[in-house]
Amino acid sequence: MMSVFDVIFFALSALTLLSAFVVAGSRNIVYSGFALIFAFLGVAGLYVQLSADFLAAMQVLVYVGGITVVILFAVMLTRDIASTAGTNPILNRPASLLAAAGVLVMSLVLILDSDWPLRPEVAYAPTSGELGRELLGKYLLPFEVASLLLLGALIGAVIIARREVRENEEARS
Amino acid sequence: MGLNHFLMVGALLFASGVYTVLSRRNAIGILMGVELILNAAGLNFVAFNHYTTTGIQGGLFTVFIIVLAAAEAAVALAIVLAIYQNLRDIDANRLDTLQR
Repeated sequence: MMSVFDVIFFALSALTLLSAFVVAGSRNIVYSGFALIFAFLGVAGLYVQLSADFLAAMQVLVYVGGITVVILFAVMLTRDIASTAGTNPILNRPASLLAAAGVLVMSLVLILDSDWPLRPEVAYAPTSGELGRELLGKYLLPFEVASLLLLGALIGAVIIARREVRENEEARS
Repeated sequence: MGLNHFLMVGALLFASGVYTVLSRRNAIGILMGVELILNAAGLNFVAFNHYTTTGIQGGLFTVFIIVLAAAEAAVALAIVLAIYQNLRDIDANRLDTLQR
């Protein structure tokens, strides 16, 4: 007998994993980019099932709203539409598959063999407040360092990618 | 339905990411694989946080994973764009030059 939670879990897992398989296997890099969006949305749903409400919102905002958009921009900017830059060569597919299968088997053996110290009761409660208190309390320094790192990374990204904008403007004028 | 199911989803996501990173020749495809791997790690942190501990440390780790993934994606894609402007190519197999 499956509960509603289980049905939703299987639906979200199917969405996430099928999208991930499309990302991994598609011969077209644009399809991979769009499948990535659905994989991230599925993971956000799984976060909700794990009572991590704030993280689910963050996942949707940062990953779906930010990272995938930037990745798709990069695909459009770098891809010669007529060429097949997104295709996988046949040569390294078997080796990659073998390595990924090895990682998967190792992980699954570890997961199924381990005796995790489970918490007795699994209560659903909003976690945003606790997360905020910890971020501005015990984890204040990592929080500030992360903000500075993000600022530095974005300034660096702008500086690295800026020449292209100038070249495009020169090409237009 | 418990911790193991979520960990298995995480393991499958991780393996998909590993396969993507190893089999793609397009540099942006490799980055997509890295994002899948980071998501799998975050999912594992949240799952352990929900099923084994009383605190919020796993969720915090996932916050930092997401923040660092955003920074990494921005910088990495900027580098890919710069390489593309200089060499007109983002095939990882052919990007073996350090000078023009």
